[in-house]
Amino acid sequence: MSNSPKTLFDKVWDSHVVRNIEDGPDVFFIDRHFIHEVTSPVAFLGLEQRGIGVLFPEKTFATADHNTPTINQHLPVEDPLSANQLAQLEKNSAKYGISHWGLGNPKNGIVHVVGPENGITLPGMTIVCGDSHTSTHGAFGAIAFGIGTSEVEMVLSSQCIMQPKPKKMRINVNGQLGKGVTPKDVALYIISKLTTSGATGYFVEYAGDVFENMTMEGRMTVCNLSIEMGARGGMIAPDQTTFDYINGRELAPKGADWDKQLAYWKTLKTDAGASFDKELTFNAADIEPMITYGTNPGMGIGISKNIPSANEVEGGATTYAKSLDYMGFHENDAMIGKKVDYVFIGSCTNGRIEDFRAFASIIKGHKKADHVTAWVVPGSHIVEAQIKEEGILDILTDAGFELRQPGCSACLAMNDDKIPAGKYAVSTSNRNFEGRQGPGSRTLLASPYVAAAAAITGVVTDPRQFL
Amino acid sequence: MAYDKFTILKSSAVPMPIENVDTDQIIPARFLKATERKGFGDNLFRDWRYDSNDQPKQDFVLNNPIYSGKILVGGKNFGSGSSREHAAWAIYDYGFRCVVSSFFADIFKGNAINVGILPVQVSPEFLNQIFEAIEKDPKSELEVNLEDQKITILSTGASESFAINGYKKHNLLNGFDDIDYLQSMKSEIESFAAKK
Ligand code: SF4
Repeated sequence: MSNSPKTLFDKVWDSHVVRNIEDGPDVFFIDRHFIHEVTSPVAFLGLEQRGIGVLFPEKTFATADHNTPTINQHLPVEDPLSANQLAQLEKNSAKYGISHWGLGNPKNGIVHVVGPENGITLPGMTIVCGDSHTSTHGAFGAIAFGIGTSEVEMVLSSQCIMQPKPKKMRINVNGQLGKGVTPKDVALYIISKLTTSGATGYFVEYAGDVFENMTMEGRMTVCNLSIEMGARGGMIAPDQTTFDYINGRELAPKGADWDKQLAYWKTLKTDAGASFDKELTFNAADIEPMITYGTNPGMGIGISKNIPSANEVEGGATTYAKSLDYMGFHENDAMIGKKVDYVFIGSCTNGRIEDFRAFASIIKGHKKADHVTAWVVPGSHIVEAQIKEEGILDILTDAGFELRQPGCSACLAMNDDKIPAGKYAVSTSNRNFEGRQGPGSRTLLASPYVAAAAAITGVVTDPRQFL
Repeated sequence: MAYDKFTILKSSAVPMPIENVDTDQIIPARFLKATERKGFGDNLFRDWRYDSNDQPKQDFVLNNPIYSGKILVGGKNFGSGSSREHAAWAIYDYGFRCVVSSFFADIFKGNAINVGILPVQVSPEFLNQIFEAIEKDPKSELEVNLEDQKITILSTGASESFAINGYKKHNLLNGFDDIDYLQSMKSEIESFAAKK
């Protein structure tokens, strides 16, 4: 192997290539595979039809999250189709010896929340799941990305997928973030600059002091949203913050194994002089609390700004008009003061304890606006327990909020948590596509602070006045 | 899952000149509850195709009988968003074998090839020429030749070549899939895993 400087991405990628096919993809080895009830059943069916098995069942982890109800999880799931998918996951996991954290299991939760919090996600690993926000795990210096069901079947049967190596992009954000500006805002800001296809074909490394100073949960939020600018994934070099987060988690390495792995993890950074296909740099001071106004995550602006006019944005005017029409908004409208009907805090983007702390810090001492329906959904049972232990639940209850049970919930509205047609939801999730949160729903993506401010005032509100 | 071989496809095309068509539009999440790969075509573009009373929306292209064919022509950044392979299944199940756009989202592109749909990426100019040809004559045919990696607008004779890596091309031409390939190198994978 040559001694030329390498990027973090190269180091992890190259060490996982089993075979390089000429004029084709790499046969790429996967260390960790997460599965859930929605994108795995057809893959298991494929195994059966071919008469093949699971090669390394200990490298796959199953959790139920996408279509699970967020109330009364102790009762049988009412929707027969969802219940069937959950039963299939349980049955398939048992059949092939795969660890399964189903509904009611104390470890259950959203796949991208439970992986890290239980020490399954580690630096230098390759991680895939049939869910595009698998990029979340890149926060640990892992190469992590979403795959399709055919690839789920590949990983089950051979622990490999066929992937051409993406190009490399580095995004630097330097400086000091302003008051009320969270990792979510940093990510929405970057996406608004790059558009939803600006990083297609690339794998991103985030660098600069903003990310160095971020907590692991913040880094997960940022990496989670990498897919929304088209990137296959995003990663951040592991450092002491990473190691401290992992140390002691249930499935994390222990003792001598820990020491050995730690020594390796410390080598996982981009060498000086390593080259990227593209490099972008942003200034932290330019970032405000963000909110989206359109039907893709790239359509975001600083909360104090007005909706841009068609000639200020990239892309076709027809597509832009269709999007604003769907939202019931107009060019040059101010976002502040727009009526909000629903508030959703949760999802693999902002469903961790720090997100609920941030939410509660604004809620405290206020009341939920009467006309607002709020869904407060922890990312996992572990997060739910923390919410209770830290007294956050009391703050929420006093203000008129109810805590629901963990799951993807209104992020994709496969269960009953659907925003009705025409209603506006300020949501801490990751996608504002037409109908994403229910047919006809209108989504405004934002941080937990912005969601909290909207929940108590009932309109889009700059959260900085409460901080 | 085996699929039909792809060699030369000659067909009229369905135009959808919208940018950033995401996979939530191609197949909304509430239709992802099946445990078999069946019937997804019925819900392709569900919420653009039907109103809330399940009545077809007349202004949507799939409900317009003048347009038909095995080729779907979409605007820039087709297939963005969710990794759901169900989107590719729905397109295939509806009867499309090829999607043409000036830009595809990564995961969708991979999923499409894996289920036997050929994604053809053309220049923005050529994409416009296709839309114009279909606007002039909705029955206007395109020819997609995978072996030669060439797409032609038959009414005008204009053509453009497109890229696809050699391995994937070989698979599509022969109806092979990656799982067959990976199964054939299982011992190599096992020894790789043992060394890790
Ligand atoms: S919370 Fe949303 S984005 Fe995250 S895993 Fe669930 S459905 Fe996917």
